[in-house]
Amino acid sequence: MADVTAPPLRPFPVAPPVVPDAMAASKPYVANEKMQEALGFPGSLVDDWHDRAIAKMGELLGNYRSLRVYLDACVHCGACSDKCHYYLGTGDPKNMPVARQDLMRGVYRRHFTVAGKLFPKLVGATDLTKDLLDDWYKYYNQCSECRRCSVFCPYGIDTAEVTMAAKEILDTVGYGQKYSNEIIGKVHRIGNNLGLPGPALEDTLLGLEEDTKEETGADVKFPLDQKGAEVLLVTPSADFFAEPHVESLIGYAKVFHQAGISWTLSSHASEAGNFGLFIGNYEQMRTIALRIREAALELGVKRIVVGECGHAWRVAYSFWNTLAGIGAGGDDPFARQLQAQLDSRYRQPTHICELTWDLIERGALVLDAEANDHRVVTFHDSCNVARASRMGDTPGGQFEIPRAIVRAVSNRYVEMRPGTTREATFCCGGGGGLLTDELLDLRVKGALPRMESLREVADGHGVNFMATICAICKAQFTKVLPYYGFDRSMVGGVHQLVSTAIRLGAKS
Amino acid sequence: MGIEVNGKTYETDEEGYLTNLGEWNEDVAAAIAVEEKIDMTQNHWEVVNFLREYYNEYQIAPAVRVLTKAIGKKLGPEKASNSYLYELFPYGPAKQACKIAGLPKPTGCV
Repeated sequence: MADVTAPPLRPFPVAPPVVPDAMAASKPYVANEKMQEALGFPGSLVDDWHDRAIAKMGELLGNYRSLRVYLDACVHCGACSDKCHYYLGTGDPKNMPVARQDLMRGVYRRHFTVAGKLFPKLVGATDLTKDLLDDWYKYYNQCSECRRCSVFCPYGIDTAEVTMAAKEILDTVGYGQKYSNEIIGKVHRIGNNLGLPGPALEDTLLGLEEDTKEETGADVKFPLDQKGAEVLLVTPSADFFAEPHVESLIGYAKVFHQAGISWTLSSHASEAGNFGLFIGNYEQMRTIALRIREAALELGVKRIVVGECGHAWRVAYSFWNTLAGIGAGGDDPFARQLQAQLDSRYRQPTHICELTWDLIERGALVLDAEANDHRVVTFHDSCNVARASRMGDTPGGQFEIPRAIVRAVSNRYVEMRPGTTREATFCCGGGGGLLTDELLDLRVKGALPRMESLREVADGHGVNFMATICAICKAQFTKVLPYYGFDRSMVGGVHQLVSTAIRLGAKS
Repeated sequence: MGIEVNGKTYETDEEGYLTNLGEWNEDVAAAIAVEEKIDMTQNHWEVVNFLREYYNEYQIAPAVRVLTKAIGKKLGPEKASNSYLYELFPYGPAKQACKIAGLPKPTGCV
């Protein structure tokens, strides 16, 4: 593996000096033939990749008017240039969002604008050469689709949509990325990103029941495939497998237990994550989402609740309605059947934080915040929750509700520096399908801005726990925190804190 | 890509994970461990052997909690922790230990 180096933390976080081609060697492994073909993509780079790429771009421009607007509207004002964590961490000018998008914008101008067809040099139009295609592969795999730059764009250009289009074109010509495409194949084959088969899931959940019984004395269940349960919980499969993720799963189970809500997991839909979003492919995203509808119909549940997973909540909140008929909008027989089945008194889907906060507000949970007194807590907003979704009934609910839970279950809470949280939050550095070992150097560097604001509150206020509600954030920070001198166990879930504070059996 | 052990080449993927799980043997494991800069002790082997047993039954590596519990039973309760596994396998117990045990890499948000 390439050398992994963490840049020094800067006392004054300003834009770094430009280092051309600093990350020109960074690229993820290319998906092999088997992984590509399992998703219906060509197994390897096709001979007529140029024409197919341009044709696909034309198709996407026809499907998504937004893409054309984003490619046309940029005036190169530079407002986005120092907003990307990957630029701040690497100094590579192609990681300025405007420059990264221009890798595609030049080709767009060449083939889809009159001026670019007639006078390419005058308008910055470029031909799609193999070198440029390689640059696409490298630099669109240095964008985590976090959309922080879009917040600062005066035109509101959604740069992530450009990245997604590039990834879609790359897949179409047989130049897919291994990490994401292998995972999507596992979801189709086995039901989750990890490839955790039903019997292993069952065994893992039984183990958690034993552990929780030992810890609390209460018979907290982790039900699987239980027909007639009220709630179907869909959560990232990392919650079953990894630390600290599993601590939040235990937290959800304790909340359901104390509130007396019957719930179940599904071995068919044992994954909330939807990497179809990351590769910008509608069919993949829809096929993955439909597993959840199938499970909901099969199990006859009344509510669908989503666990701590950032991009899953974006897909659930923003797209499930038309993808799968969960929420309003779907209009096919199965969507109508699902609408008739789900309980319309509840938000569909519901985020686990909405569910827990509602119970806390109603006094339905017994919480002992002192149990978390060994922790000084801060909250890291996950990009997809912060900038692409909502919780609750008021604007900003996606910021307030997780914080309200943290404050209810712990006594010592500190905010990180304004401008690095809420809608301006910095990505953890591992989102968008980049959470893979061969990109570790990029991930470490991309975490720099978040590590700087964490260092401030750790030194200034003794913060020793950063709560978050995303499986990618948890895995990414567990990996990169030590490179910045932090302990890896400093990161954990909001429901990990709930799990510590909740007093089972104490309900009067 | 591949790894050569006792004159025989074993195919691996780009990241050094064994391609054919059936080809695994202790010499291959030892050779992968050398590449990973791990000095295999009896406790390392306990982890590796448990991973293989679990994989044979479930076709997946055990969840970290399942692993820590099993190791606690074998090596004593004070070793039943994620941080002990990190001591043994500094790159992360799930991935590094799986690689040495000849199992596929765990994928997803882990």
